[in-house]
Amino acid sequence: MTADRQTPLIEVRDLVKHFPIRSGFLDRGKGGVVHAVDGVSFDVMQGETLGLVGESGCGKSTTARLITRLLDPTSGSIRFDGRDIAQLSRKELKPLRRDMQMIFQDPYSSLNPRKTVGSIISEPFLIHGMEKDDAKRRKLVEELMDQVGLNPEHYNRRPHEFSGGQRQRIGVARAIALKPKVVVADEPVSALDVSIQAQILNLLRELQRDLGLTIIFIAHDLSVVRHMCDRIAVMYLGKIVELADADALYGHPRHPYTGALLSSVPVPDPVLARERKQTVLGGDVPSPANPPKACRFHTRCPKAVDGTCDVDEPQLEVKEGGNIAACHFPLADAEVAAAVPTSEV
Amino acid sequence: MSTPLTDIAVDPGAGPESESVAIAARTPLELFWRRLRQDRVAFAGLVFVVLLILMAIFAPLLVKLFGIPGPNTQNAQALDDFGTPTGPSSVHLMGVDQLGRDVFSRVIYGSRVSLEAALLSTFFAVTLGTIVGMVAGFYRGWIDTVLSRTLDVMLGFPSLLLGIGLASACSFGNGCLGGLIKPGLTVVIVVIALAAFPYIARIVRGQVLSLREKEFIEASRSLGASDLRTIFREILPNLVAPIIVYSTLIIPQNILFEASLSFLGVGVQPPTSSWGQMIGDASGNFGEVWWYMLFPGVALVLTVLAFNLIGDGLQDALDPKGDR
Repeated sequence: MTADRQTPLIEVRDLVKHFPIRSGFLDRGKGGVVHAVDGVSFDVMQGETLGLVGESGCGKSTTARLITRLLDPTSGSIRFDGRDIAQLSRKELKPLRRDMQMIFQDPYSSLNPRKTVGSIISEPFLIHGMEKDDAKRRKLVEELMDQVGLNPEHYNRRPHEFSGGQRQRIGVARAIALKPKVVVADEPVSALDVSIQAQILNLLRELQRDLGLTIIFIAHDLSVVRHMCDRIAVMYLGKIVELADADALYGHPRHPYTGALLSSVPVPDPVLARERKQTVLGGDVPSPANPPKACRFHTRCPKAVDGTCDVDEPQLEVKEGGNIAACHFPLADAEVAAAVPTSEV
Repeated sequence: MSTPLTDIAVDPGAGPESESVAIAARTPLELFWRRLRQDRVAFAGLVFVVLLILMAIFAPLLVKLFGIPGPNTQNAQALDDFGTPTGPSSVHLMGVDQLGRDVFSRVIYGSRVSLEAALLSTFFAVTLGTIVGMVAGFYRGWIDTVLSRTLDVMLGFPSLLLGIGLASACSFGNGCLGGLIKPGLTVVIVVIALAAFPYIARIVRGQVLSLREKEFIEASRSLGASDLRTIFREILPNLVAPIIVYSTLIIPQNILFEASLSFLGVGVQPPTSSWGQMIGDASGNFGEVWWYMLFPGVALVLTVLAFNLIGDGLQDALDPKGDR
């Protein structure tokens, strides 16, 4: 990981994605919209791994699909390598796809069961008209299989003959086939056994080092994210609530939501666990079709103050310790130390 | 769950450490063939159909081999003094018809028409139905609405009536559509294909609707594949099994449909023989001349039965959850 982490490779600004709610045949158009992603801005630096965490339904997968343009953004801009790709047509996007690849969550669904591993990994070359020579392409594919830890002799096998971890390796091989600049990994290990997760994570880190990849890593498992990421963005209901270096985020979270997330991480030591004051959030995530006004977290926030948090929307600002958080009443070090097991204050 | 382990041939003594050729997994085709072989009823149907196809192909040879007259040879001596056809004898194994033509010979030649009409119309119906179904299911939206409602209309249309209408409308001069649809076998094939394809289109559409939500379709798009490529390289291979099963199940329907049209006199034109047409011809006097109706009837029933048995067997054999 020697690439400079100063130049932004991807700049996302005010990204918005609203999904219309389909209603019946007669009252069409009356349905509202789901605010899946609602004004998200962040940079991804060259060569870094940016983590995107949050509960299910917070918009992290939608953000990933917007960046890779599998979805069309409602508004906002995505600058990739200095060029705004938010409104490009499918045809204009095709050459960009070589630089931007995706690893999917479910290795059982992301590989076509009717195709051999060889033809799955060859597909990127065929689509982009590279390496038309069959023998050379086969050699490339076998090298890729070797690179991700698969036996190249399994070229003609089908996905169902592999284990979950091996399947995810196939997905990784397909993603790095064209030597992309960015790989967006959408919960790449959450469908795998814990014992296999580490292998895949280490493979990703290895590849990142060897190929100088920039990775956007989406997950809901905080321990996995800590292992992988340089910086982490925490999302809640379509917005980023906190963005910080991994150590800063785990050491001294500033947003109460981040604090609650970290507080829920299990502690292996029972004595420590008993001493800990765990912050448990009440209620459910509000519906993204009708998100709370002002600060979206105020309905569940232990620190919410009536008259402020439900009236005035907090902006992302630099807080104590360098974390960027959107909160009027960020957590103080004492609160962090009491409730967050990973705290370093 | 009688013998689940027979699906995988394990090379004994080769542990996971010698990964090279430890486990020779069977290809889906091998698996499918093994399952079909074990299904004796379906296999009997398959043997019958293979024999039938050979019979149709080698009809002239067969007729020569049996030393029977050709299908259109009229033998006045086989009719008695009152002009009534004679029944089965050593010369005419299945008797003769009103014109003194050998029924056995005509049944053999009739298999050509039945198979040709059924197989060709099934082929066209499957091709058209698959394309329409894939387009409707993949694009959804208004394209799906237009195509699906059109299919509904076609499903509601009485296809036999369409056949009769088309046949009579196209039986003059050069036929319809600039000679594209001429009376005879072409009309039959067109009508059957039109009647059968909406069913296939519906089934395919349903399958595609579920397939298109799979992540490998998204993966294909994220690689930059065109819609056409996604449809044909990712979706179509997953449709092969249901299409094969459904095709074998509509072949017998189409055989019967051809027989119905020929029975009504709008199918193949005389003197070409077809089972349905023979049954139709015989319907006037089958009280005395039972053999003229019985033998083509039996051929029809057995053929339809055989195709149905194959269809059922294929359905079981291609079902990944089946353990036969």
